[in-house]
Amino acid sequence: MLHTVNKSPFQKNSFDTSLRLSRKGSDILLIEDAVYAALKDSAIAKTVKQAVTTHSIYVLEPDLMARGLQPARLIKGIQIVGYEGFVELAVKNDKVQSWL
Amino acid sequence: MKFGIVINEGPYQHQSSDTAYHFTKAALAAGHTIVRVFYYHDGVNNGNNLATPPQDDRDIVKRWSALSKEHNLDLVVCVAAAQRRGIVDADQAKRSGKHAENLADGFRISGLGQLIETGIEADRLMVFGD
Repeated sequence: MLHTVNKSPFQKNSFDTSLRLSRKGSDILLIEDAVYAALKDSAIAKTVKQAVTTHSIYVLEPDLMARGLQPARLIKGIQIVGYEGFVELAVKNDKVQSWL
Repeated sequence: MKFGIVINEGPYQHQSSDTAYHFTKAALAAGHTIVRVFYYHDGVNNGNNLATPPQDDRDIVKRWSALSKEHNLDLVVCVAAAQRRGIVDADQAKRSGKHAENLADGFRISGLGQLIETGIEADRLMVFGD
């Protein structure tokens, strides 16, 4: 199952909720302000580093670029995709849950 | 594969309408089918053709109309959500005595049944919102 999150983890707890309620091995795609969750050295980096070991975490590149965030600033193991990759993730998973 | 798109957020609010647009374009480019784009709640404002953004900004309403024309997309605005927010087609304007109609090209007004049908017909229902 694909989970998409579009809120910053410092604004809302939807990223936490997606982690808590998704099965291990699920795909989680961070879009819009949720891309801030992918930064290393943030207040929640520890949680995200742990999540990378149990889930496949992706981040939407155009939303990273729009916020001036370079790939070098991301937590290791997080995969960068474009909109084509977003579509592919939606095709690959039989269900999509948007955490808003 | 068949995608259904649901948009629950207005244009220029946060980013969901933009994300939905770019996702829809990418899905079409990859050869997928868009069953319908359903605009619900504040999302109905994406169909307001009286919107006039600055010339150097993206025109979200026109962009949907153009994509609909190019790919023959069915853009459906929820009738109850639209009435609350003053999005009316010619027929609705006449019936409720309004002095203007403002539903953009390529959009049509219908009911929640269309959302249910989209969920049934599509392989994936993608929800974009706030």
